[in-house]
Amino acid sequence: MRLSQVKEILHATVLCGEDRLEDEIRSVCGSDFLSDVLAYVHEENLLLTGMVNPQVVRTAEMTDIKCIVFVRGKRPGEDILKLARDRGMVIMTTGERMYSACGLLYTHGLPGS
Amino acid sequence: METIKLSYPVEGGDFIGAGEASSQMKMTLKKLGLPSDVVRRAAICMYEGEINMVIHADGGFAQVDVDLDQITLRMVDHGPGIPNLGQAMEEGFSTAGPEVRSLGFGAGMGLPNMKRYSDEMDIETEVGKGTTVTMRIRIG
Repeated sequence: MRLSQVKEILHATVLCGEDRLEDEIRSVCGSDFLSDVLAYVHEENLLLTGMVNPQVVRTAEMTDIKCIVFVRGKRPGEDILKLARDRGMVIMTTGERMYSACGLLYTHGLPGS
Repeated sequence: METIKLSYPVEGGDFIGAGEASSQMKMTLKKLGLPSDVVRRAAICMYEGEINMVIHADGGFAQVDVDLDQITLRMVDHGPGIPNLGQAMEEGFSTAGPEVRSLGFGAGMGLPNMKRYSDEMDIETEVGKGTTVTMRIRIG
């Protein structure tokens, strides 16, 4: 699925990485616990999270996740966006809650790992 | 190939800035053209080690040796040491405080993750003196 489709399905706003929306993703991980993301992530390309701090971007960086979608309408600050921009990541925010966001992507054909 | 030796300081107490050393190492390993799964495993191991050092040990340093067949990560701190290593290795055991937990860490997954993603892990620790975690990741 392309990131532009993720944006549509989740009614999300893109906060950075607008030029990468044609990138394809194959699977998703949803968690607020960064330790769990580090423990269980394999080939996921997209992280759904309600946790907002710079370590979210660091965690994504270490695990080769290329897009982070913040749920529950959370908006990261400029420090977080700068880190993400420097690493070529796409950042979006959606008003959907975690469970709904996961469900919406799952029913549109995106699995976990 | 001669061993490539890299060294990174890790600042203590700077939770927001934690991860910078791992980030720099990851970029260097990528530039060296190592396989992406090897680079990812090394990055996760070092990042968990770095977070641990920031949370528990007021910083330290990381030494990274890159050989043809393996990467050796050595995370060295002069923090409080680990009194019960068996317990520290259990998934879910953590002594991290609520502040760390509120940031998405402190779930007792750090050392287990480092073991999970490395091919070999060895911990030397002495209470009151510090801890050295050595991890080896084979290439290929």
